[in-house]
Amino acid sequence: MDPAPGKNHFELFGFPVKFDIDTDELAARYRELQRRVHPDKFASGSDQERRLSLQMTALVNEGFQTLKDPVRRGRYLLNLRGVDLDGETDTAMDPAFLMEQMELREELEGVRESDNPPKRLADLANRIERRMQDKIDEFRRAFADDVPEGTGKARNAVREMQFLEKMRREIDNLEEELI
Amino acid sequence: MAYSDKVLDHYENPRNVGTFDKDDPDIGTGMVGAPACGDVMKLQIKVSEHGVIEDAKFKTYGCGSAIASSSLVTEWLKGKTLTQALEIKNTEIAEELALPPVKVHCSVLAEDAIKAAITDYRTKHVPAGESRDANPEPRAAAL
Repeated sequence: MDPAPGKNHFELFGFPVKFDIDTDELAARYRELQRRVHPDKFASGSDQERRLSLQMTALVNEGFQTLKDPVRRGRYLLNLRGVDLDGETDTAMDPAFLMEQMELREELEGVRESDNPPKRLADLANRIERRMQDKIDEFRRAFADDVPEGTGKARNAVREMQFLEKMRREIDNLEEELI
Repeated sequence: MAYSDKVLDHYENPRNVGTFDKDDPDIGTGMVGAPACGDVMKLQIKVSEHGVIEDAKFKTYGCGSAIASSSLVTEWLKGKTLTQALEIKNTEIAEELALPPVKVHCSVLAEDAIKAAITDYRTKHVPAGESRDANPEPRAAAL
């Protein structure tokens, strides 16, 4: 673990470039890296040192945010493999998956009028978390096969995870409204 | 972000919200989604025996621009033949609604939904006089 510019997030944190990551160890290394590049340590350093310290602090933060979240980590891994998911306009997805998403959102819409909104919302949240775990497992398996089909499947899994994340956010919003 | 008056109008008074029976042979259903923002759009067309779109309905879970784009195209689709419907371009939708560049993908979603609905209708039955080769949208079935 040697903080220097030009490394990818995995290299920066000293992890192999793969999906599974020890999040406790990640948090520990994050604190250690933060400490080593902290601008306070370079307050009396040269302009160049101070600039580098700021730059590295930003990189360390960005790296930690990316690696700790499975969806962002997945997107990033695909990016390293040359698959860019930013700004893509491909709207073709598995129709069955989209239908399910549509139904889940209809269900969320009905929560407020149900006889027990907090319970209905909690049930829905649990189901979303299970689906998210399915997709994470799907991604892990697909990404481990370093073949075009594997990468394509991994891409689908991440794209689907992004819909589940949206559901998560909407569930959180409604939860706050219900309190 | 400021929405245009036209977007607000469709957002506040969406036209043709609803659902047709997707198993009805006269109905074509297009489901599309935008992974970047998690929007989901369902567009359905009811096609007459002469290949004219008699009615259209949509259901969209997404931002105002996505709702407005799908609401607008349901209005545009009525009375069009399938061939004419396929000529609707996302740029026309974006222009009509004055969508800012960051929301142009919502109009792409609506255009793709039209194509997916027509593809679905055509896979249900190949109408006389139109061959499958005229179908320009193999993508929806590819994934």
